[in-house]
Amino acid sequence: MKPNLILHVVSKFLIPLIILFALYVQFHGDFGPGGGFQAGVIFSAALILYALVFGLDAAEKIIPSHLLRILASLGLLIYAGVGVVALLLGANYLDYTVLGSNQIAGQHLGILLVELGVGITVAAVMLIIYFAFAGRGRE
Amino acid sequence: MDFFTDHYNYWVVIFLMMVGLYTVISRGNLIKKVIGLNIFQVSVFFLYISIGTVEGGAAPIITEGVELYSNPLPHVLILTAIVVGVATTALALALVVRIKESYDTIEEDEIHELDHTL
Amino acid sequence: MIDILINITLLAFLAITSVAIVRLTNLFATIMLFGIFSLLSAGLFVVMDAPDVAFTEAAVGAGISTVLMLATLALTKGQKKSHEEDYEEKPSRAHRPWLPLAVVGITGAALVYGTWDIPGFGDPDAPAQTHVARYYIENAMPETGVPNIVTAVLASYRGFDTLGEVAVVFTAGVAVLLLIGGKRPKSSTSLKGDGGQDET
Repeated sequence: MKPNLILHVVSKFLIPLIILFALYVQFHGDFGPGGGFQAGVIFSAALILYALVFGLDAAEKIIPSHLLRILASLGLLIYAGVGVVALLLGANYLDYTVLGSNQIAGQHLGILLVELGVGITVAAVMLIIYFAFAGRGRE
Repeated sequence: MDFFTDHYNYWVVIFLMMVGLYTVISRGNLIKKVIGLNIFQVSVFFLYISIGTVEGGAAPIITEGVELYSNPLPHVLILTAIVVGVATTALALALVVRIKESYDTIEEDEIHELDHTL
Repeated sequence: MIDILINITLLAFLAITSVAIVRLTNLFATIMLFGIFSLLSAGLFVVMDAPDVAFTEAAVGAGISTVLMLATLALTKGQKKSHEEDYEEKPSRAHRPWLPLAVVGITGAALVYGTWDIPGFGDPDAPAQTHVARYYIENAMPETGVPNIVTAVLASYRGFDTLGEVAVVFTAGVAVLLLIGGKRPKSSTSLKGDGGQDET
């Protein structure tokens, strides 16, 4: 694909903003609309935009695909791990109350960690899927 | 008029659902079939969110001075269903790509013919 | 009142777009229309007080799934020289429209008959509003300290459910990798069933 000046300049300006917005949605999800699922999808949309404009090879330099596979499993492990930690501290599986000093603090920490796990897995899986489709067309 | 506004959402949901079903069973192109499935899926999302809406209610985020909220439960179910839906759509599209690579076509009729001549 | 009007208009737009999606034979145009369809749905979710869902639908439907469908179209188009014919869906010979139309018509009529007993749209006393939803709205803030009830229910009350959903997303990613990860096999036009042997 021929390099297009307008696309390059505009996307270089937009991509940091999209990533910043994804992080906002991730960590502000407790108070406003948002959460792990949305943040993961928005984050992966930023990197897909980068891959569309600058090419797949450039995008794979930022996040190599073996790292993506590790991240996808890591997110699910964080989620399941929070449950196991709660189990070890003497509560039910995925009952976050025991994670903090009181109920509110425990629930808050648990929800934050769980949403982080969701966000990492969703972002990594969406990128894996896009890279698989785009890489298939490469000769 | 009240009867109309009470049921209009459900009728459009049923219409979209039937459009999706029609696309799936009447079109031979596999990409078109996947799009039909997606339309069907979105109609189910609308059914859930319509049932959860409360007249005069606010979005389910606790704010001071607001008493009436919409039902948060359908939102949770549909929120996760959308992301799972795109993952399964990607799986269907991956199968379409593999079918194209083995049969060199994505039209259902031609695939049937190739299967019979083998 | 204005809510209802916007609701009715957007739903009518959605219905028209879905008919256009079915009737068009150009796949490229169909996919673009599907992106518009998703964006309209996102708008409607906002009108129906579901900003979280609207967020997701806008990012997923109008963004990622459109890109994925375009990628599939690029991978599956024919090798013809002219660009116009590449994206055309071929007219189907085995499929006559009458039988599917009859099936769809009868199913739709049965479903519309079923709506007579559904509580009206926005009815605050509907059974869906009076059981567990009321508990969540009253207790989510004091029990979890999270103002966004959707997040509280998603991560805390129904955490086990969400764990399953994340596992499904992960599994779908693994399955896509198994199917089309890796490079295309060299003899891509062979029909004799060596499809399962290329590297995954």
